[in-house]
Amino acid sequence: MTHLDGNAAGGDLGEIFAVDMTAATGQCVGCGRVAPVATALAYGPAPGLVLRCPGCDEVLIRVVTAPGRTWLDVRGLAYLQLLE
Amino acid sequence: MARAAVLGRLTWRVATVAAIRDETATARTLVLDVPGWPGHLAGQHVDVRLTAADGYTAVRSYSIASDAAGDRIEITVEQVRDGEVSPYLAQVAAVGIPLEVRGPVGGWFTWQPDQREPVQLVAGGSGVVPLMAMVRAHAAAGSATPIRLLYSTRRPDTVIYRDELARRAGAGRPVDFAYTRVTPPGWPRPPGRVDAALLAAATFAPDVAPTCYVCGPTPFVEAVADLLLATGHDAARVRTERFGGP
Repeated sequence: MTHLDGNAAGGDLGEIFAVDMTAATGQCVGCGRVAPVATALAYGPAPGLVLRCPGCDEVLIRVVTAPGRTWLDVRGLAYLQLLE
Repeated sequence: MARAAVLGRLTWRVATVAAIRDETATARTLVLDVPGWPGHLAGQHVDVRLTAADGYTAVRSYSIASDAAGDRIEITVEQVRDGEVSPYLAQVAAVGIPLEVRGPVGGWFTWQPDQREPVQLVAGGSGVVPLMAMVRAHAAAGSATPIRLLYSTRRPDTVIYRDELARRAGAGRPVDFAYTRVTPPGWPRPPGRVDAALLAAATFAPDVAPTCYVCGPTPFVEAVADLLLATGHDAARVRTERFGGP
């Protein structure tokens, strides 16, 4: 299956965050690109959801869920700007 | 921002299929009653979860086709060959069956009636669904801002919402078609993909600074977005949504 984009990750991220994450803006630690999460390239959902930078392919966000637990790895983001 | 339509964390809700409309030989619209639905913006989607008897689950995203209307939403499902979810929704699901839905999802690929800039919609296949929601919202709001749709589809009989699009075109919301396999008789262009020449002829130019919404299969979206950027559109005004199906 080919990649999708950050829009498709909005549901899973929406169970974690109280604000919409597709419109949130993040900075990639790999190349410094600043862009909405919606524009990231999405892979998954198994074994986990992976969002990559469309500029340099850095892994921005990983979400792995198991019964009763969720792992969230955002080491590829320097920051996230959340809109109210 | 979709604050009014996205309140707090998302959770799964039980929806019931209230009605079904055939759109083409392979696509149909499911009207869902979702008690407690918080409302949505044009362009947002819902995730649909199916659970098998053995507990195996599959989740897919479907764009909302309808304008906000109480507890009722509509999704249009195109059957994807060998898909896990779409064959069930496009062929098997019947009025009265329950479905789990999570949404509305997404505040970025949305159009809101307070936007004043021109709106250019570019659809590939069933990527027309969220763009139809935008056309419907534009009409319902009586928006005076220019809007037009370029819709790439395989054949005349694969056009979803054909009659409604024709009606809305007559009411100032024009639609152009790009047929990739078979054209209607006498069509001015041979079958083919959206290219720079067609974009120049059938979409708003960069100098009127439209917001462009592009939705369709991943290769279509990436090709069209690249063409729009090469034409001079501002990257911040080109919004894209990819989906996996053909």
